[in-house]
Amino acid sequence: MLYIFCPHCGSRSQNEFAYGGDATVKRPELNKEISDQEWDNFVYLRKSPRGKHLELWHHISGCRQWIKVERDTSTHEIFKTYKANELIE
Amino acid sequence: MSQDFRLDNIGMVNRNKKISFTFNGKKYFGYEGDTIASALIANGVHLIGRSFKYHRPRGFFGVGVDEPYAILQLERNNERDPNIRATEQEIFEGLEVKSVNCWPSVNFDIGAINNFLKMFFPAGFYYKTFMWPPSFWYKIYEPFIRMAAGFGEVSIKHDKERYEHKYEYCDLLITGSGPSGLASAYAAAKNGARVILAEDKPRYGGSLLTSDVNIGNQTGVEWSEKIITELKSMSNVIVKNRSQVFGYYDHNMLVMSERIGDHLPKTQKYLPKQRLWYIRAKEVLISSGSIERPLVFGNNDTPGVMLSSAAKEYMKVYGVLVGKKPLIFTNNDSGYETAIEFKKNGINPLILDTRKEPSSDIISEAKNLGIEIKFSHVVVAAKGYKKVKSADIAKISDNKKDLSNIENIECDCICVSGFWTPSIHLASQSGNKSEFNEKIDAFIPKKSKQNENTIGSANGKFTLEETINEAFDKGYEVSNKITENNNKVSMPTVVEKKSTEHDKFWCVPLPKGKSYKRFLDFQNDVAVTDIELALREGFRSIEHVKRYTTLGMATDQGKTSNLNGLQLVSDIENKVVPQVGHTTFRPPYTPVSIGAIVGREVGKHSKPTRKSPMHQWHEKNNAVFVDAGVWLRPRYYKQGNETLFEASKREAKNVRKNVGVCDVTTLGKIDVKGPDAAEFLNRVYTNAWLKLPVGKARYGVMLREDGIVMDDGTTTRISENHYHMTTTTAQAANVLSHLEYYLQLVWPDLNVNVVSTTEQWAGAAIAGPNSRALLMKLFPDTDVSNEGLPFMGYKEADLFGIPAKIYRISFSGELAYEVNVESDFGNFMWEKIIDVGKEFELQPYGTEALSTLRIEMGHVAGSELDGRTIPHDASLEGLVSKKKDFIGKRSLSRSAFTKPDREKIVGVVPLDKSTSIPEGSYIVKDPNAKLPNPKLGHVSASCWSVEYDNPFSLAIIKDGKKMIGQKLFAMSPLKNKTIPVEIVSSHYVDPEGKRVRA
Ligand SMILES: [Zn+2]
Repeated sequence: MLYIFCPHCGSRSQNEFAYGGDATVKRPELNKEISDQEWDNFVYLRKSPRGKHLELWHHISGCRQWIKVERDTSTHEIFKTYKANELIE
Repeated sequence: MSQDFRLDNIGMVNRNKKISFTFNGKKYFGYEGDTIASALIANGVHLIGRSFKYHRPRGFFGVGVDEPYAILQLERNNERDPNIRATEQEIFEGLEVKSVNCWPSVNFDIGAINNFLKMFFPAGFYYKTFMWPPSFWYKIYEPFIRMAAGFGEVSIKHDKERYEHKYEYCDLLITGSGPSGLASAYAAAKNGARVILAEDKPRYGGSLLTSDVNIGNQTGVEWSEKIITELKSMSNVIVKNRSQVFGYYDHNMLVMSERIGDHLPKTQKYLPKQRLWYIRAKEVLISSGSIERPLVFGNNDTPGVMLSSAAKEYMKVYGVLVGKKPLIFTNNDSGYETAIEFKKNGINPLILDTRKEPSSDIISEAKNLGIEIKFSHVVVAAKGYKKVKSADIAKISDNKKDLSNIENIECDCICVSGFWTPSIHLASQSGNKSEFNEKIDAFIPKKSKQNENTIGSANGKFTLEETINEAFDKGYEVSNKITENNNKVSMPTVVEKKSTEHDKFWCVPLPKGKSYKRFLDFQNDVAVTDIELALREGFRSIEHVKRYTTLGMATDQGKTSNLNGLQLVSDIENKVVPQVGHTTFRPPYTPVSIGAIVGREVGKHSKPTRKSPMHQWHEKNNAVFVDAGVWLRPRYYKQGNETLFEASKREAKNVRKNVGVCDVTTLGKIDVKGPDAAEFLNRVYTNAWLKLPVGKARYGVMLREDGIVMDDGTTTRISENHYHMTTTTAQAANVLSHLEYYLQLVWPDLNVNVVSTTEQWAGAAIAGPNSRALLMKLFPDTDVSNEGLPFMGYKEADLFGIPAKIYRISFSGELAYEVNVESDFGNFMWEKIIDVGKEFELQPYGTEALSTLRIEMGHVAGSELDGRTIPHDASLEGLVSKKKDFIGKRSLSRSAFTKPDREKIVGVVPLDKSTSIPEGSYIVKDPNAKLPNPKLGHVSASCWSVEYDNPFSLAIIKDGKKMIGQKLFAMSPLKNKTIPVEIVSSHYVDPEGKRVRA
């Protein structure tokens, strides 16, 4: 079971969180004309990398904040966690 | 039987407390502190079971977790516990155990005929034999395999014992209380670290309990007692015995099972039987010790052949002799320690040492005691069927290939020592890639992937001095990283006998003309010939050889067999062991009871139960409850001998005719507040929200980004920047997460906050033509007329002194209102409604009537919004704005969602107006069409229309609108029914919606 550092609450067990998928996906702006392909990319297509992955976790049984977690998908090592609005270099 | 094999002046069992127990129905005595194994051996019992494949007699091989044979079935308080290791289970008064794997009895076992047919049971036997024809599998093969292979029977009765889970955090977890565990725990605890020290046996001390050593001028036993006593007195230390750390998971999470009541006749009051600990440790020291390796020779599975360290522990800990004419067969000095212990207790052992001319302190001591030793000698084969009676021994040549001077000597046990295998299981589970150490012919942990270090003999350190020094250092070093106290304790002096190198020899060659079975895996009956066959058949990868032969795949996970198996593969392949590699260790290290894993989450406790504030009233009024997610809701209120069908019909009819009240507390409620709340709702819902005035409610549908309907409900504008959103009971949690996602990640610029208020409000839906009259009496000071409170209107009002909110919304399709009060007043509100409602023929109604009412009105719910439907499919396209953008809108223009023959909701009525259509039925054109019959859609919900008094269903079918008026068929292969039906509008009752606006 992972041990995830919530930037709002501190280190908590994985069972307090819900997984939220790829954190680099950006929703197309509202009212913007976009192609079917662009939309499908946003809704369906995700990379499944082996290694570093920036992903969303929702601290549902804690502060209820969505956070971003940089995790290695094969070793489960967590490098860094960010608040939802934190800038990531 | 008397205890012929019990020694008088040695051991740690409590001689003042005699305990009786039964084994296979026969009564035996032992002492408090005995295991089943030690007590049976004291009584001279060595035949305990039959082997897995050949049903050969089985005795005892080890003295702890490594035991491959002595697996028993335990009966306690009418409950059965299979897979009990006799070497670990302590006896208690009235304990009942019996053998497994033998029928009709352990002494006469029919399956033993397999032993004489063993040419038919080679490696891969199951794969080769039980293949064809496939139809034989479940009729003939599977029952046969199951009957032959069973490891005890589980009870099918409810387990009344309590099992608990516990979460713990510590700086340092130490797994095993042998010398390295004790020393490191002491050093770390003294340095201020929060330490958990776990020991799987009842007694602390590990090898110190049986070895002849001196630490700080004390015996090993005295020293370990002193350390444990001090550790127990420290507030920063948790010391646990009978506790096995069996799994090492990600981020230094380890799981330990603590057996609290297993050694007692009855679980103590207020204590669970077992407790499962989830331990998150900053650092872990693995001090799990090592297990002695067997030597391989003919018939080495005969009862009476056992590990030499086990024989020593039976003497020193339990005061029990495993035999009176022992043969010690060893390739290293450990066997000598056992021989010396025999000698000290008046027994004359014979040592066969595979080495040519070794010399060390221990060997000299044995010689001085007059113990007979034969160097360059081996056991060729054990003789005797149910117990060792003699052994063929021989001189072995210097190159270890040739045997000579074979002779038969009498003996009643053979104690083998093939040197030691570090227990690297936990390190391996944590992701540690181990390395082969040539010096000890075994794997030891290498670089740690997690914060873990292995110490002591688990790390290949086989002298006490090295072990103690390493443990004190590591305990200090690791704890200091955390505490930075720099408090180092001084190390005690260690006195031990020096030993010399072991012999790499491990497998005795067969003498000419003999074909003795030489076993590698004692639990799964894997012999040398099986591995040889697997390699001949082309299996190369050790992982494949393992699966093909089942080597190391039994419940003991090959604790005694893995390395010898690897040795054999590398010998045949002319490789060295590290090239062959070893298989992966996976949790659990020892079997864990299902009860401990499940913990308290059994039956009703497997999930929380949520009840509305009116629950007690429902109970008192004969409500029959139904699970709605985690909520308990009244399904119907039973009157007399009514069935569900009759009661729900009565309740629904009364709503249509008079007035009914339904507990709707379970609906999800979310407060949406902030200056941008309207804009936010406008993006979340498919319809327009910017112009909703204060005091008005609106029905809304929200989508996922893929265009599928996520949820529906009404949202009311309470004040300028405050909205009260309702969701379905089932989707409440998901909708909140969904809203938070968009507010926090996608549109953080919107100034809006959301919070769940589901539990803050109790809700009652009042529905039916009499509902306004009832409301006028409930709220005499409030104008609830059609003008004062129109459809989709909202008012705050006073309910006999209690502030209430009235929403004029309807799910039943009748003139209806929903009244909310703070939860604490829920019951007050409910009782007032019931009381005042009497004169209007009010009846409470449950979820079944609620469903009937909404189905015949064509109102969609979870069975239609099933994660596959878009608004169009549920006839909700009128609510989809063409002007503004919203979540999921772009998906609705994708080709699959705009197909002209897209599925749509319709009503379905059976032609005979009497046959109910099972939910889930297919709608087809031709019931006799060739299979697979093309399906037009499925029936999503069925009811008995109280309006028309005939069955009515909703279905979602292809090109539904055009199908209205057609005669089709509803087929339920599950119920074996084909029903001719007519397709009608989904709005079966009041299609213009006049009633809700009345
Ligand atoms: Zn948090």
